[in-house]
Amino acid sequence: MFIKHSTIETRPLLLLVLIIVTISIGGLVEIVPLYTVETTIERVEGVRPYTPLEQMGRNIYVREGCYLCHSQMIRPFRDEVERYGHYSLAAESMYDHPFQWGSKRTGPDLARVGGKYSNDWHVTHMIDPRSVVPESIMPGYPFMMRDLGADDVQAHLEALRIVGVPYSDDMVLNAAIDLAAQADPEADHEPLLARYPKAVIGDFDGDPSRVSEMDALVAYLQMLGTLVDFNDVQPADLTQ
Amino acid sequence: MATAEATADNFGAMAGYNEAVVRKFTIAATFWGVVGFAAGVMIALQLAFPVLNFDLEWLSFGRLRPVHTSAVVFAFGGNVLFATSFYVVQRTCRAPLFGGPTLAGLVFWGYQIFIVMAALGYVLGITQSKEYAEPEWFVDLWLTIVWVAYLVIFLGTLMIRREPHIYVANWFFLAFIVTVAVLHLVNNAAVPVSFTGAKSYTVWSGVQDALTQWWYGHNAVGFFLTAGFLGIMYYFVPKQVNRPIYSYRLSIVHFWSLIFLYIWAGPHHLHYTALPDWAQTLGMTFSVMLWMPSWGGMINGLMTLSGAWHKLRTDPVLKLLVTSIAFYGMSTFEGPVMSIKAVNSLSHYTDWTVGHVHSGALGWVAFVSFGAIYYLVPKLWQRERLYSIRLVNTHFWIATIGIVFYITAMWVSGIMQGLMWRTYDALGFLEYSFVETVEAMNPYYMIRALGGILFLIGSLIMVYNLWQTTRGRIRDEKPFGMPA
Repeated sequence: MFIKHSTIETRPLLLLVLIIVTISIGGLVEIVPLYTVETTIERVEGVRPYTPLEQMGRNIYVREGCYLCHSQMIRPFRDEVERYGHYSLAAESMYDHPFQWGSKRTGPDLARVGGKYSNDWHVTHMIDPRSVVPESIMPGYPFMMRDLGADDVQAHLEALRIVGVPYSDDMVLNAAIDLAAQADPEADHEPLLARYPKAVIGDFDGDPSRVSEMDALVAYLQMLGTLVDFNDVQPADLTQ
Repeated sequence: MATAEATADNFGAMAGYNEAVVRKFTIAATFWGVVGFAAGVMIALQLAFPVLNFDLEWLSFGRLRPVHTSAVVFAFGGNVLFATSFYVVQRTCRAPLFGGPTLAGLVFWGYQIFIVMAALGYVLGITQSKEYAEPEWFVDLWLTIVWVAYLVIFLGTLMIRREPHIYVANWFFLAFIVTVAVLHLVNNAAVPVSFTGAKSYTVWSGVQDALTQWWYGHNAVGFFLTAGFLGIMYYFVPKQVNRPIYSYRLSIVHFWSLIFLYIWAGPHHLHYTALPDWAQTLGMTFSVMLWMPSWGGMINGLMTLSGAWHKLRTDPVLKLLVTSIAFYGMSTFEGPVMSIKAVNSLSHYTDWTVGHVHSGALGWVAFVSFGAIYYLVPKLWQRERLYSIRLVNTHFWIATIGIVFYITAMWVSGIMQGLMWRTYDALGFLEYSFVETVEAMNPYYMIRALGGILFLIGSLIMVYNLWQTTRGRIRDEKPFGMPA
C-alpha cells in the first residue's frame, strides 16, 4: 500500500510535488474559510473606509512601524476591556490594508485611542513624549511637523479600491478636497461628513497655514475605534 | 606564529565544485551577522535609553527594528543557508552546481542587492509594515527572481546528481526553498499606488490579512529558520562527529511530519484576537502536536553523537553544534507551551515572546550557523585547520552567557509585565497604569542589552579567528581540552 521512501528520494520532481502538496493543506484549510464563512466579519453598523486624511495618517503610522510597539487589538479579557474599551472586532479592521493588529505592547494598545486625548496632547506627545509622560520610552517625532505632501491622494484611493475598499467615484474624485477640508475648521464640511460619517475635523497640529504629517497622523489616531456604536450592538451580531 | 602548510582539502576544487560562490556566501553571512547583531544591540539600547532615538526619523526604533530582524534572519541566516545548501548539495550529489558559475554568481549578487534595497528602504520609511515581510513590492519582485534562480540551481543539481539517493539534508533545503517561495508570493500580493513610486497596498485586509501574515510569519520561522537549518544539522553534525546520522527512519518521519504540521501553526500568533475561535483552536492543536517532530529531530541530531560524546571535550565547534540542538529542543518545547491559549493570554504582547524568539534565533539558528561556518572556512580556503580552537571556545562561552542574560531577562520582564497588566487592587480597580509597567521593564532592558553586547563580542572574536584562518595562520596555543 505504501510506496517505498526510496522511490521519493531518488526522484527530485516527485519530492518537490509531494512537498508542495504537504505544505499546502494546512494553509488552505485555515485561510480559505475566512473568505467563505460569512460570519467571520461581525454584523455591525458604522465601519466605513478611511477619509483621505485618515488614510494618509495611517500610511505614516505604517511607515514609522508604530505597530512594532503598539497593538490595535483588544482581547476579550476583563483587564483589557477596562483599560482600553470594548474588545476589538474583525469588522473594525476590514478596510485595513495591511492590518496593524501588532504583536507586542511595548506601548499601550491603540485600537480605541480615538477621542481619549486632545489634539494638543497628541501633538505635544509626538514631538516630545517625555514632556507629557516622563517614564515613556517612545521615540520623538518632531519631523512630522513637515508638509504632508499628498498630491497623489487620489491615486491612493484608486489603489485601495482595486484591493477591495468600497470607495465610490464621488469619494475618489473629491479626495484632495476632502483631505483639505478635514484639516481646516473653516471649510464646508457637509460633503465630507456625508461621505465619511463621524470624521473628526480640526486643525490638528495647531498650524492652520498648511496640512502637515502631524495633521494626518492625529486625524487617524482620533478616529481609531470610534466608528462602531456598541450601544446598538446585540450579542448575536458578534458571533463568528 | 606558524603558517599552515597548504594541506590539501582541495577535494572540492578537484571535483569541479563551485566553491567560489560558497566562499562568497560565507563571507557575506559573517559580515551581515555582525551588522544584524549590532543593529539588535542598538535597538535594545534604545528601549533602555530612549534618547538614543535622537529624534531622527532614520534612527527611530520603528525603522531600525526591521533592519535588525531582516539583517539577522534574511541577511545572516539567508546567506548561511545559501552557503551551506550550495556546499552540501554539491558534495552529497557529487555534482557541480547546475547552471554554472554565472547563475550562481547572479544569485549571490542578486541576493546582496535585495538585502541592501530592503535595509535602505526601512531606514527611509519604505515598508509594508507586515512583520518579517516589510520590503515593498518592487523589492519583493526582485527577490522573487533571485529565489526562482536559486530553486533552479538547487533542483537542477539534484537532477544531475551522480549519487543514487538524495541525502536527507537536501530534502530539508528543498522544502525550505519551495515553501518560502509560496509564502512570499501569497503574503506579499499587493497593488502599487503607482509604478514609479514605492508605496503599495496589500491585497488582503483585516482578519484575512492577519492570518495570511502569520501563516507566512510563523512559517518563515518554520521553513527559513527551522527546515533550512535542520538541513545544516543533518550534514554538519555527522561530518563534525564523523558518524552517520542516528536514524534514517526517524529522518523520514521527522521530515514529513515537520513540514506537514508546521504550516498549520500560524494562528497561535492571533489567540484571543478577532480571528474566529475555530482557527485559533486549530492553530493551538497543531502547535502542540509540532512538539513531537521537533523533538524527533532533536533526538536524531543528538543521538548522532552516541559513542562519541567525549569529542565535546576537545572540539568546541562540535560544542556549538550540539548546544544549538539543545536550544532547538528547548525553544520547540517552549513554543508549544506558549501556543496554549491560557498561557498565551499571559505571554502575548509581552517580552516573553521576544525572549522565546531569541532562544531559537541565537541559541539554535546562530549557533548551528557558527558551527557550520567554523567547519566550512578551513575547507573552503584549503587550510589545515582553524587559526585557533581556543578562541572558538571563548566565542562559545561569551555567546552562551549572552544568550542566558538575554532570555532570562525577557522571561522575567515578560511574565512580570503580563501579570502587572492584569493585577487588581483590593477595591477592584486595575493596580497599575500602563506606563508603570513600562517603567518596571527598565532594568531587564539593560540586562538584555548586555546579553546582546556579549553575543556581538563573541561574533567579533569569530570574525578575527576566521580572518586569520583564511590567511593561513595557526595560533601558537596549547591544544584544547588537554589538562593544563
